[in-house]
Amino acid sequence: MKLSREWLNEFVALDGVSDKEFADKMTMSGSIVEGTDNLSEKIKNIVIGRVTEIKRHEDSDHLWVCAVDIGKDEPVTIVTGAQNLKVGDVVPAALHNSFLPGGTKITKGKIRGVKSEGMLCGLEELELDTHDFPFAIMDGILTLNAEFDDAEFSIGDDANVILGFDDSVADFEITNNRPDCLCVRGLARESAVTFNKPLNLPEPKSVAGTDDVANWLTVEIAAPELCSRYSARVVKNVKIEPSPRWLRRRLRASGVRPINNIVDVTNYVMLEYGQPMHAFDYACIEGNKIIVRRANDGEVMNTLDGNPRKLNPDMLLITDPTKPIGLAGVMGGENSEITDDTKTIVLESATFNGTSVRKTALALGMRTDASSRFEKGLDIDNTVPAVERACELISQLGAGEIVGGISDVWGSKIEKSGQNLQLEPNKINALLGTNISTEFMLKTLADLGFSVNGEKVSAPSWRSDIEHWTDLSEEVARFWGYDVIEESELLGSPAERGLTVSQKFKSKVKELALSLGYSETMTYSLTDAVNAPDGPEVINPLGEDKSRMRTSMLPSMLEVVKRNIDYGNANGKLFEVARVYWKSEDSLPVEQEFLILAAYGAGVDFYGFKGGVEELLAKLRIGDITWEAEQNPSYHPGRQAKIKSGGNLAGVFGQVHPSIADGVYVAEININEAIRYQSAEPTYKPLPKYPAVLRDLALVCDKSVTVYALENAIRLSGGKLLESVEFFDLYEGPQVPEGKKSVAFSLQFRDAERSLTDEIADEAMSKIISGVKEALGAEIRK
Amino acid sequence: MKEQLENLKHVALAEVALATDAVAIENLRIKYLGRKGEVTAVLKQMGALPPEERPAAGALANELRSELESAFLTRGETVEASAFEERLKTETLDVTIPGNSGNGVGHKHPVSTVWDEAVDIFLAMGFTVAEGPEIELSEYCFDKLNTPPGHPARDRQDTFYLDEDEVVCLRTQTSSVQIRTMEKTKPPIRIISPGRVYRKDEIDATHSPIFLQLEGLVVDKGITMGNLKWTLNELMRGLYGPDVKTRFRPHHFPYTEPSCEVDMQCFACGGKGCRVCKGEGWIELLGAGMVHPKVLAGCGIDPDVYSGFAFGIGIERLTMLRFEINDLRLLYENDFRFLKQF
Repeated sequence: MKLSREWLNEFVALDGVSDKEFADKMTMSGSIVEGTDNLSEKIKNIVIGRVTEIKRHEDSDHLWVCAVDIGKDEPVTIVTGAQNLKVGDVVPAALHNSFLPGGTKITKGKIRGVKSEGMLCGLEELELDTHDFPFAIMDGILTLNAEFDDAEFSIGDDANVILGFDDSVADFEITNNRPDCLCVRGLARESAVTFNKPLNLPEPKSVAGTDDVANWLTVEIAAPELCSRYSARVVKNVKIEPSPRWLRRRLRASGVRPINNIVDVTNYVMLEYGQPMHAFDYACIEGNKIIVRRANDGEVMNTLDGNPRKLNPDMLLITDPTKPIGLAGVMGGENSEITDDTKTIVLESATFNGTSVRKTALALGMRTDASSRFEKGLDIDNTVPAVERACELISQLGAGEIVGGISDVWGSKIEKSGQNLQLEPNKINALLGTNISTEFMLKTLADLGFSVNGEKVSAPSWRSDIEHWTDLSEEVARFWGYDVIEESELLGSPAERGLTVSQKFKSKVKELALSLGYSETMTYSLTDAVNAPDGPEVINPLGEDKSRMRTSMLPSMLEVVKRNIDYGNANGKLFEVARVYWKSEDSLPVEQEFLILAAYGAGVDFYGFKGGVEELLAKLRIGDITWEAEQNPSYHPGRQAKIKSGGNLAGVFGQVHPSIADGVYVAEININEAIRYQSAEPTYKPLPKYPAVLRDLALVCDKSVTVYALENAIRLSGGKLLESVEFFDLYEGPQVPEGKKSVAFSLQFRDAERSLTDEIADEAMSKIISGVKEALGAEIRK
Repeated sequence: MKEQLENLKHVALAEVALATDAVAIENLRIKYLGRKGEVTAVLKQMGALPPEERPAAGALANELRSELESAFLTRGETVEASAFEERLKTETLDVTIPGNSGNGVGHKHPVSTVWDEAVDIFLAMGFTVAEGPEIELSEYCFDKLNTPPGHPARDRQDTFYLDEDEVVCLRTQTSSVQIRTMEKTKPPIRIISPGRVYRKDEIDATHSPIFLQLEGLVVDKGITMGNLKWTLNELMRGLYGPDVKTRFRPHHFPYTEPSCEVDMQCFACGGKGCRVCKGEGWIELLGAGMVHPKVLAGCGIDPDVYSGFAFGIGIERLTMLRFEINDLRLLYENDFRFLKQF
């Protein structure tokens, strides 16, 4: 919402308040100023001049040498190439050392040997167009003859005023609950309370007019649930012409392009009152009747912008008995548009259902100034003042003859909210942590338009956001100042503190992944149907590529790996901890937290990667791990395993299938599962008193026998003195028979009570050797 | 004989002084003190001396022996010390050659860094961390947060749904977790609920359909807006230092009343206005407010007895401000050249 400070001053005198102070204080009272455009800084040293003499330039067939009166003793000489000037024209004259919008500096100089003490300006140099100055032309000097009024201006005055640049425009971001602040009068009220200045909001004078509207128009609301009120007046003998300068400059400052007096008046009233208005060409309305009804399914109308719109019964139309003439609250119909030939108009000022307008605008992709106001829910008591104000302006501009009376029809009655609320100063102070006097509260509310009756407070019609005493507390707090509410420490000692066991586990997982050299990534949890064919599906996705919730972290991690390889990052160790989502019979899908590790590039191999995974699991105290061959299609058929803890599945790992990516190793660990297998924190075990005996054992066995099986067999036959078994070598090749392999282990024996003798160790070794032979046919390597 | 021993002593000490390594010293020791050594040889002649001279000569010889032994020892230590010095000299390395990093430690995602810091600050204030589903019932995401059907926030152009009836959505805020907490926990409640949220925004430099939100909720008897200010200022002081300046200004959210937004004075320009704060001197950081009585009542908490405050902060935004990251997409691209900067 762009607010002209010049316009605002009509209702609250804030002349002495700087742009910065205005912006800061309004922001702090809840009307956020996003920026201020000081128009008067756009130009500098451009004055109103009058051309007193025009001569041909002696050395040019198109240049003119003008003598321009700038209110000084002597006129200045300015050379111009424009062809539209005549003696007596009033023009904007940029003098020596002046600035145009955009910062161009004008200095005196010589043009083909003739001195020129400045420049006469056209619309383009001033960043204006013929909407701003309808009597001017684009190709030539801007002549201000029609604008120049002796009573108001003198030759030599700064041109800022006549050009409408003597203004500052504050750009407001208004929150959705305050549509009443989307207009000058609403912001004037907020400004008056913010700056504690008197507010002067005149009510429009109703123009009595001639004749009676009843002879011209009847209005019927056929869909009262979507239209609460429809107020209309008729204006005849309309004279379409440009609006006067004061009106045009206010529209322009508000970011609205002047069109013609009637359209401008409707826009002006919308900006001033916040009530969108529409003017229909009466000639288009058959049967002298307006019917507000739902569209028929498939009905089509052309809106003002020339586009055909296909409608449905959720959309509200303004119609005559035969056809639509407007899309309620969104845009008028092309057929009823005001043209230069329009003779009679109907001025509409109505309250439409906000949600309906919003959905219509959304469905048709045509959010307009009007619809964005209606959708927030407008003041039902504002339709009549707005249409009266429009008539007052039309009358004042001599733009038409007002027909007497107003056609004011009610649809569904809207219950006024925030009536007879008990003002509870103690509760308000307790909530805010303040000590604000009841007097301050009452004065603030009264200034904001609330009616106060003893301790009962009622919100004005434009404040449908007020429902509860806490709403009153915000009104009070806004003007008391959020900044003066004192900080107060949060006391008390909550029963629970710190992270939960599973939250600690999760942060430990991340910490370990980092310490193992993995860098953290963050990817989207939405993916496509190829990556998550069984994933929970979004019915209104941004695109097919983000239409499913992921069921696995693998695809997104592989994308990250691929992207990094493409970027020339030759090596990588990456991880992410995030959720996957699985459909379920319950009302909501299952969400599980996963760790995914990925490594690729030089120096990365299967066992190196596995070692990291083992270390991570060990540090997480997830014990009794077994690695079972797995057949997951995403992984290399011979290089993948299920990770089980105590027989329970905790994850999968392996080399990614070479058809998907080369030399990429991935582990996926279900954190929600893994935490269930975490063993208790260790307790201290006494250090050994007696030395251990070390023995190496090299076995030859069938290739199909796993190291895990051998190790198990060794442990089973090793007896209680066998303290540890560690694999250290695997050999396949000419030194062992075809189909066989050699596997070497390092065994450690220890007796906690005494020093072990070689004889006892030998005895244990021979039991082991016969044990593995019996179990797996493994022979000791000779 | 005395003269003989004196001569021997001079010669031996002179030779020891010239010895430069342990081997030379040992050879001298053998030469003089060994079984066939020169001092020993002199002593062997003792028998030839008259008995009355023998004690004095013996004493003299033993004195010489111990003097020489001590000289050999001292010289040995000196020689060893200088040899050690020499060895150390040869072992000098170029300390400017970079070290081998081995596995190295991974890089934490910048978002995680900020996230963890914020969580730690709240933990220290006695908050606990509450978690809940990302795929959520609209009831928890909207209805119970005073956002009834028809509210613009529920439009399909803003919220992702999983069914035509819009019963299940991807949560647009983690306030849903607060509702779940209030429903099953009696006050006092002091939680933060960090997590992923989803809004239907196209991806660009400042928007993402998925982002991380850290929300918080405090409900107890006598909770005031002053408590809200203190808590959020503690967060800001924790993240940006004790001198950080904040600004609380009125705003609107359906689930809080009064509501506010909190700005931080621009750290780059100190409030004068610059590129970072787009000339405003302030940077918008978060939204907050006193929990709406309807929300409390809807969760079975009596708003006449309890009050509370809630707040929500975008973690990516804090991260981008802190590390001067100018494009949100970088956070989700996971280019290692980006990650390794942190």
